[in-house]
Amino acid sequence: MLPPGKYFTDGNFAATEGALYGGCRFFAGYPITPSSEILERMSRRLPEVGGHFIEMEDEIASIAAIIGASNGGLKSMTATSGPGFSLMQENIGLGMITETPTVIIDEMRAGPSTGIPTRVGQGDVMQTRWGSHGDLAPITYSPNSVQESFDLTILAFNSAEIYRQPVIIASDQVIGHLSEILTVGNPEEYEVIQRLTRKKANGNHNTFSYSDDFIPMFVPGTGFRGNVDSLTHDEMGYPSNDASVEREMLEHLLGKIKRNETKIIRFEEYMTDDAKVIVVAYGITSRSAKKAVKNARDEGLKVGLFRPITLWPFPEGRIVELAEKTRKFIVPEINYGQYSHPVREFSRRETEEIHFPPGAIPDFKIILREIERSFT
Amino acid sequence: MSIEEVHPKSQFLRDERLPHIWCPGCGLGIVLQSYINAAEKSGIRLENHVLISGIGCTARLPGYANLDTYHTTHGRGIPFATGMKIANPDLKVTVISGDGDLFNIGGNHFIHAARRNMDLLVVCVNNFNYGMTGGQHGSTTPPSSLSSSTPYGNIEQSFNLPYLAAAIGASYVARWTVMHPRQFTKSLSKAMDIRGFAFVEVLSPCPPNFGKFNGFSDGFAEMEFYRKNSVVDNEAKLEDVSIDPHHGKQIILGEFVNKRRPSFIELEREVNRRAMVVEK
Repeated sequence: MLPPGKYFTDGNFAATEGALYGGCRFFAGYPITPSSEILERMSRRLPEVGGHFIEMEDEIASIAAIIGASNGGLKSMTATSGPGFSLMQENIGLGMITETPTVIIDEMRAGPSTGIPTRVGQGDVMQTRWGSHGDLAPITYSPNSVQESFDLTILAFNSAEIYRQPVIIASDQVIGHLSEILTVGNPEEYEVIQRLTRKKANGNHNTFSYSDDFIPMFVPGTGFRGNVDSLTHDEMGYPSNDASVEREMLEHLLGKIKRNETKIIRFEEYMTDDAKVIVVAYGITSRSAKKAVKNARDEGLKVGLFRPITLWPFPEGRIVELAEKTRKFIVPEINYGQYSHPVREFSRRETEEIHFPPGAIPDFKIILREIERSFT
Repeated sequence: MSIEEVHPKSQFLRDERLPHIWCPGCGLGIVLQSYINAAEKSGIRLENHVLISGIGCTARLPGYANLDTYHTTHGRGIPFATGMKIANPDLKVTVISGDGDLFNIGGNHFIHAARRNMDLLVVCVNNFNYGMTGGQHGSTTPPSSLSSSTPYGNIEQSFNLPYLAAAIGASYVARWTVMHPRQFTKSLSKAMDIRGFAFVEVLSPCPPNFGKFNGFSDGFAEMEFYRKNSVVDNEAKLEDVSIDPHHGKQIILGEFVNKRRPSFIELEREVNRRAMVVEK
């Protein structure tokens, strides 16, 4: 593992080392800008730590392989960007319905389609929430620094294990490529959740449990004889056409996240105590927004910053609380309005969108101007 | 004499899931029994056999086998299995799926797994059409065949699967029909011992779809057709083994390839050993 100390490095390096710290021992991926450095570093590092690396033929194969590897018993991950993330959507659903822990880093770039591969975007935010068909309760982290690329990747591996589902890290091209200080602490400072498994059970080979939020996975090759199915299934993992089984399964899949939201949700606030206007920003945009809020405070304007660290589940409770004493939210994003929608829906306050076209880091002056306009 | 009302392979089946969903005259029951017999004879601990599939009628087969089984997404059984095998190399991983799943939507994964000599046994139950969705044509539908999506006859050339697998470098390639259960089972047993990529194609009737559209009165008639019109030729030139029954061509069966080259798992182990030395 990366020895404790200070490193001047980029987000892709930090995410890779964070993953290894979090216990990742299998990586399958397909090269794509701006995340390729994660794949390259994994190809060198995983064999050194007794893990496995494979470059697959496409992103569909990559996510299928990491779900297979996780079911085989190893913590696994992949890294991609918009076009690859789109290809992965169907099997993200497979990971959800089979309750398979795995981690997917999506480094957002300008879209749609091939867009601008080397330039930043934040257009995948809704795709991390609603991208795969059917009802899902995804967990999505949004790092805004090299440090968080390390820390949140460890956390993502832990959440994947606890909640038994794919966890997404929605990073972006700038965070992946910018270099700044990464501080790695002593190993005892990091909690790493180990994989819990069930081996041959005493005549009890139910793959899933719908009455218990958390039941360990079975390991193949131990005589467990479990069935894992992409079809709607009962606790045995056996397929069913019955709507009542669908309901039971879905209420479990969605409920295990809903019931633990307060443990999962993370956010950071800056000067929100007396704020009449709150800027909601995430990822690289939150850094431009913070500068805008600081400057506005210097001008005496009562403005604050709310930065969701988990984009999903949506920090509904805190937004509702903040809305009680806030008259307006401003949501700058490097897209044409995505995260602004739940902010507006849950705050029931005036919510102004600032659309930064993908391709450049948001100019803090544009956000500052909107703040100023809110106070005139 | 008492009558035993238990299936002789009951311990290998999930009794509680029977009867299965397959149509009368379908060959998948024979395929399941052949797989079980082969696994039993393979000399590999039964616990280590894992059965993985994509989507389709054949892909339902693992669900009836009393093993560790994985029913994945359409076309993605092979990459899922690739991840599982690398993560857990002690397992004997078999992917069993239909022609549509493995060669239409999943064709890319097949050629790459064969190229890598990935340590997998892939069994393709070829019924020449998409059975589960109502008999549409696919890349394995023989020329001139009728199907629910080629009402005027199929104008496309179909895949010659043994030729394809051999060209890419599979370590073991065989083809049988469900009317050759002994040879098929023997092939599966052999293929389970292969280190590297093994491929077995088995032709199977689809009475309500391909069979009905192409003049077979029932599943048995289609099976009889395969039996009467097939010859075993292990030395066949693989470019000649395409399946074209509408133009009077005989079906060539046999064990076409059995050669040794280092497998992915073997090579990976060697490379990773070197990498760990570097670390120290």
